[in-house]
Amino acid sequence: MPDRPIKVLIAKPGLDGHDRGAKVLARGLRDEGFEVVYTGLRQTPEMIATAALQEDVDVVGLSILSGAHMTLLPRITKLLRERGLDDILVTAGGIIPDDDVPALAEAGVARVFGPGTTIAEVADYLRSNARPRD
Amino acid sequence: MGEPTSVDARADALTADALGGDRRALARVLTAVENRTALAEPALRSLYPKAGRAHIVGITGPPGAGKSTLVSALIGEVRGGGRSVAVVAVDPSSPITGGALLGDRVRMQAYADDDDVFIRSMAARGHAGGLASTTGAATAVLDAVGFDLVLVETVGTGQSEVEVAAAADTTVVLEAPEMGDEVQAIKAGLLEVADLVVVNKGDKPGAQRTAAQLRAMLVATGGPAVGRPSGPDGADRPRPKRPEVLITTAATGDGVPELLAALDRHRALIAGADAGPARLARAEAQVWAIVGDRLRDQLHAESLRATTRQTLSEVAAHRLDPYAAADELLARLAVDGEVGGGNSAT
Repeated sequence: MPDRPIKVLIAKPGLDGHDRGAKVLARGLRDEGFEVVYTGLRQTPEMIATAALQEDVDVVGLSILSGAHMTLLPRITKLLRERGLDDILVTAGGIIPDDDVPALAEAGVARVFGPGTTIAEVADYLRSNARPRD
Repeated sequence: MGEPTSVDARADALTADALGGDRRALARVLTAVENRTALAEPALRSLYPKAGRAHIVGITGPPGAGKSTLVSALIGEVRGGGRSVAVVAVDPSSPITGGALLGDRVRMQAYADDDDVFIRSMAARGHAGGLASTTGAATAVLDAVGFDLVLVETVGTGQSEVEVAAAADTTVVLEAPEMGDEVQAIKAGLLEVADLVVVNKGDKPGAQRTAAQLRAMLVATGGPAVGRPSGPDGADRPRPKRPEVLITTAATGDGVPELLAALDRHRALIAGADAGPARLARAEAQVWAIVGDRLRDQLHAESLRATTRQTLSEVAAHRLDPYAAADELLARLAVDGEVGGGNSAT
């Protein structure tokens, strides 16, 4: 059976307009052999959950630099759970203080990538943690 | 990989949920089809007979012409009229890593709360021609679960990626203003398969002139608007279409109501005319693609893999020509008695 690419949604929830990081990551994961759905800036939690459902992705990667992560990220994981998508691996990146990481983990964010993380680190983490598929 | 019966049972449950309106189940059926998992065949077997009701519209054109923006505007227009709509948006896969960046959704995110809009991105996964090899099957699934329209957006195309014409009832070719002179419009290829030609970015200078040039070249020389009727001498000779040329500004919505009206007119036209040839062409394209896949699978099956590789390397070394190699491979299958066998190895 052919090795199927892992499908990743890269989205930016909320109102900050800094999407260079998300775009660089999207492009980098493409080069690592992932199929990356990029939805762009200013996504509501509903938009992200709907895209994750319709695209049937294995991973949702959320980039957030606005400081609203403690509000938006738990809303997104809650919506994903409500729609039966709790097997999707949710990760986050951007400006997120270490002190907030445990609470986010509690809410269902599996991993927070801080500034300076390499693309290869992200790719390796996703390869070993994305849900298995038939 | 479980028992065949359990795969069938899982496929039945999933398709039943998808038909009942469960969008998560629909998404999972599409994944099975796209990845050709064991669920795909039984799922398609039960869904295919329910397809054939949707209006399947192909949207193609060069990168940056505005295909995604136009699709987004069309979704709004279709929803305004109360009909449901699904989108399959295809983007290219990297020939080097196999990865893909699927970016068409960026322009279509306004419909997250609407259950009658369903958008799915697909990577072409090495398939040439503007679509993925499983796009036709994905379209059939969306048709079967009851969407009124299915819009198929191709990868950004050049001159000859005409495959979408076989996958759609109505093919829209998008052009941007000032993309070429009149000679471009009379070349064979993409423009020939258009049922509708749309000059997008109508607010840019040159849009009117581009549309006028396209009209002059396409309408004056083309054949009838639909079908492949016999020529004046009564011969059943395929003739080019005579597409309508429209102008839109997808970003503002200008011309989009007129485009939807033209799509509906074309649909009525093909419903009234003999839609046979177009549907037959689509069936043919789908079946031949599967025949090709099956042959490849069989030639790579355990018993033949080594000899198949041997034949291929003979060709690579120029000791054998590709035609003789193909004959050799087919002959081996015939001896094996496997041609036409129902289940390919998984």
